[in-house]
This record gives sequence, structure tokens and C-alpha cells, in this order.
Amino acid sequence: MPADRIMKTVILNAPVSRVWRALTDAREFGQWFQVELEGPFVQGKTMMARFTGTFDQAAIAQFQRKAGIAPSAIRVPDSRWTFCTVERIEPERYFSFRWIPYGIDAEADLQSEPTTLVEFLLEPLAEGTQLTITESGFDQVPIHRRERAFLMNEGGWAAQAENVKRYVEQG
Amino acid sequence: MSNRAEPAITDVFFALGDDTRLAVVRRLAEQGTQSATRLSDGAHVTRQAIVKHLQVLENAGLVSPERRGREVLYTLNQQRLQQAQQFLDSMSVGWDRAIERLRQFVEAP
Repeated sequence: MPADRIMKTVILNAPVSRVWRALTDAREFGQWFQVELEGPFVQGKTMMARFTGTFDQAAIAQFQRKAGIAPSAIRVPDSRWTFCTVERIEPERYFSFRWIPYGIDAEADLQSEPTTLVEFLLEPLAEGTQLTITESGFDQVPIHRRERAFLMNEGGWAAQAENVKRYVEQG
Repeated sequence: MSNRAEPAITDVFFALGDDTRLAVVRRLAEQGTQSATRLSDGAHVTRQAIVKHLQVLENAGLVSPERRGREVLYTLNQQRLQQAQQFLDSMSVGWDRAIERLRQFVEAP
């Protein structure tokens, strides 16, 4: 069984104000998250969006099979869909929203599934900003896709390849 | 060259999901082609263990062995890492990837 939460802590070489803007300015958020959001983030607001990233169904299924979990089809809406509902905004310190984790899973029920809570916590450091991202509530994700949602969102599998490639390029 | 089919690209992620293997790959990236004996210098594990890890990396297509006299020298296949990157780009999911994109975004001059 996967854990209930994903937690990632990273130190960014940029001031808190810069990171805050990248997280809470909907246009900036969309650029790095690869999503086109409609309108600003406002507490309590449901944010509509369109995907701008690419998804290769075969690649995703191949990865899931290799990871030992049942692969499922993906369903990427070509029109606008509900991205998240903003939970809380505390300027330059804390930002959170709720969403359906790994919602492109064709087996996700976007109408009635419980959401996970995504939280961004910023702390100033001498060398920049410590950002902690927590996604919790996987225990409530329907059992038939809980493990898949956790695995895909956790993304730890990607980090090594990414890190090594950067290392190689520097060399 | 053998004629066996190229291993699945997903093998790369599983091969790199181990600290010792990651260290071996970094060392090959930094210092270039070398033997298992040299790779085990200063490592926390035995030469035998390094050989086993190299086997996993070879099966994933990440390193190529070449016999040179009594030694086998290992070279990192950088192209394989680029293929892994392209594969990742076609998945576009996961917090670790999103964080890397965020990092590039906020750290850009």
C-alpha cells in the first residue's frame, strides 16, 4: 500500500518573492506546470484549465507495467476541465489547493472522487528559498487506482534520470 | 555488437533508482571509461558488488563493456540518458519533474 502523503523539499536558488510569484500567479504557474489556467488563484475558487503538456499513452502504460501496477488508459481532455479548488493563500508563505490526483487516469471519477490536498510552504534561506510540497489524502483515493495515482504523482522515478542527465551535460 | 533487442527504456529508471548504481553512473560521467576495479576504489561496496551493479546498468543499456586484455572497461552511454529524457517528456507527470521545471523557471536569470 502506498503512503497517504507525498512530501518533497527542495532548495531553490531564488528569493521567496520570486518563488511565490511562480506558484501563485496563475499564468506563471501554468508555464512550469504545463497547464493553461483561467483567471487568478483566489481562495475558494475552482480553477478551470487546459493541458499544455504532452502525454504518450504507450509510454505511460509501459512505465506502469514495469513498476508492477496495472496500467490504465489516460484521458486528457482537449477542452477545459477542473484543475483544482484553491484552499488557502497566505502571502509569501503558504498556498494550497485540492484536486483529483492523477486525474488523467481514465478510471478516475472526476465528478465524485475525494480530492487530495496540495500544499506549498515557503521558507526564506540565506541562499534562496526552501520549498516544501506536500500532497496528502491518498488514503481516500479509490482503492482501484490509489497505487497508480500515488506512483504517478510521486514521480521519484523521474528524478534520477533527470539529475544524471544534467550532471552529464555539465561535465 | 550483439543482435539482442534494445532493452526497454523504463529499465533505465529502475536501474538508476539505487544509490550505488547512481554513484557509478556519475563517476563514469565525470571520469570517463574505467574498470570495475577502479570504480570500486573508494566505494562503500566490494568490487564484486560493483560488478553486479554494472550488470544491471548494462542490461538497461546505460553502460557498454569492452574487454581490454585482462580487464573489462565500462563506458557510459549518454545517448541512453537522452532517450530516457525523451521518454519522460512524453509522460509529463509527477512532482519531481514539475519541481525541476519550477527550478529552471525561477532560477533563470
